[in-house]
Amino acid sequence: MMQSLQDLWFGFGVAFQGSNLMWSFFGVLVGNLIGVLPGMGALSAISILLPLTYAMHPVPAILMLAGIFYGSQYGGAIGAILLNLPSHPPHAVTCLDGYPMTKAGKGGTALGITMICSFFAASVGILVMVFASPLLTEIAFKFGPTEIFSIMLLGLLAGSTMSRGSPLKGVAMTLFGLLCGIVGTDVNTGSFRFSFGVPELSDGLELVAIAMGLFGVADFLLNVNRMKVITANTSLRIRDMRPSWAEMKEAFWPMVRGTGVGTLFGAMPGTGPTITTFIAYALERKISKTPEKFGTGMIAGVAGPEASAHSKTQVDFIPTMSLGIPGDAVMALILGALLIQGIQPGPQLITEHPDIFWGLIASFWIGNVILIVLNVPMIGVWVKLLQVPYRYLFPSAMFFIAVGVFSTQNNLFQIWEVLAFGLIGALLMALDFSVAPIMLGFVLGPMVEENFRRALLLSRGDMSIFVTRPISGTFIAFSALLLVGVTWSAWRGKKRGKPQESIAEEVLASAKIPAQQISQAV
Amino acid sequence: MKSPSHFKKDYYGGALMVLVGLGATYASVQYRLGTLAHMGPGFFPCAIGVLMVVCGVLIAASARSDTAPAAPAVGHAHGMPDMRGAICIILGVLAFLLFGEYLGLLPATFAIVFISAMGDRSNSWLQALLLSLAMMAVATIVFWWALQLQLPLFKWGA
Repeated sequence: MMQSLQDLWFGFGVAFQGSNLMWSFFGVLVGNLIGVLPGMGALSAISILLPLTYAMHPVPAILMLAGIFYGSQYGGAIGAILLNLPSHPPHAVTCLDGYPMTKAGKGGTALGITMICSFFAASVGILVMVFASPLLTEIAFKFGPTEIFSIMLLGLLAGSTMSRGSPLKGVAMTLFGLLCGIVGTDVNTGSFRFSFGVPELSDGLELVAIAMGLFGVADFLLNVNRMKVITANTSLRIRDMRPSWAEMKEAFWPMVRGTGVGTLFGAMPGTGPTITTFIAYALERKISKTPEKFGTGMIAGVAGPEASAHSKTQVDFIPTMSLGIPGDAVMALILGALLIQGIQPGPQLITEHPDIFWGLIASFWIGNVILIVLNVPMIGVWVKLLQVPYRYLFPSAMFFIAVGVFSTQNNLFQIWEVLAFGLIGALLMALDFSVAPIMLGFVLGPMVEENFRRALLLSRGDMSIFVTRPISGTFIAFSALLLVGVTWSAWRGKKRGKPQESIAEEVLASAKIPAQQISQAV
Repeated sequence: MKSPSHFKKDYYGGALMVLVGLGATYASVQYRLGTLAHMGPGFFPCAIGVLMVVCGVLIAASARSDTAPAAPAVGHAHGMPDMRGAICIILGVLAFLLFGEYLGLLPATFAIVFISAMGDRSNSWLQALLLSLAMMAVATIVFWWALQLQLPLFKWGA
């Protein structure tokens, strides 16, 4: 405990170093900016700026990426509350009560509440991270290849079945991602696989190219000429953003409960942030004495989900950093960025790179303060920015994508990859597949294969090793339970004669908000 | 725009997964499979290919007819994309590749921004032109000058 606090102190020292602080600030600012822009979320923000980190020292690079992440998340809330436009899926639920508040002239209050909730929730998340990560690391040190393979299997399964849409399709997408991860040179034998004689493919596919193709180009391909023209007539003053005492009291418990939900779900690898916010919303509605008022501008309907999203964001870093298992596509990208820097996330990360780990944690706190300081005076600018038309936005973004990908290796070949994955992504989305699990599979693929092969090498080809070793067996059992549970609920949904609905859709249906409205920007 | 029903989408989606899975399996048996204890480079991709085929069959088998036409799923419930927009974006990327290879950064920047912008039906050619000029300025100042991008502003030939 004392050790953790001392390490945290050391982390603050790292994070407060001039250049680190500057990059952290830059990340939060740019993330906030991109997050506000309609149609751009954390995923596109990070993919576009990832190439920049290639030339950077690992510490400022990771601080900047983290800053982009929570900056864009807060930016997304602004669009959701003021314009009913969730540019980042987790904020879809914030629209339900946030936008009615804006219509009632209380948009500023909603933003203020969101800000307080995000700070509180992030602080709790950070504390959990400070104390849980070293414990988790201690356990993780006992992991051999067998255990690592099993927990990765669980993470992949959870990631693909518990996110949005059909679980079966999620699994298919994860498998596709694993396949993409195989392209390149086999580490064990040195032979080229799936490179089709193209020399540029012998190093494997480029992470940035895949991410930009799937989350940038594919979205543009599908949405051009379809995004509605946005007109906002909100004018906001700083004064409007301070909630009254009564409103604070109303927000307090939902904020605490939301934080709890987010922390719980953050600890489970594979549960996406969208599900988390929907559950927090459902919980508030269930507990509330006036559930029928939800959807008309309830403060609790904003405070709960926003708090859960921000605490989850922080806690999400625990499995990513200490086990090397990203919870969702954003974490997969951050993990990928670390790998590119030559840093292997995992139990040894905290001891080998204390500056990265503790610096990151400290920078979260600093970043969240920056977020508040930044947003109070800038809110008017954000409102203006929200009105940048999509027709200017996507051509500019196409340029940033092309140049960004080129700069990763100073090679035009990667742009072909972007185009290919843009087309693949558009095709898959048109067929109702969710593309996020591809990232998860792609980043984890090589590690999954390596550990699978090593474990079986050790057991001389005996597959039972995965179930006979206690820790590994537990993970396999959880995976099996998960599969049975998902199959069971899908089967029951089929019997009722209607498509199996995710929790998110159920909440939406009960809130009587047309899902179309939300699916648009999601 | 009328989008195909979930029923059909699941058939197509399942078939696509089966196809990709079969392709991966076929490609990986060209490499050495090896044994469980000493896996060759083809073993893991082959296993994934087989799993994908199974997944695809299950997706197609669990396809349901649309009983309720309402509420598209949360997520991407798109029909066909708008063709003019999509084609312009693709052409823009191809033009960037071509111009970047033979003419340099500025022509490439102009091409990708202008062609993509023309894909949006509400953009006039003047607006597209102004936007491209603005992005050329960004390309010069931010990428070429500040970030030292390894692509000359102008060049002739590869």
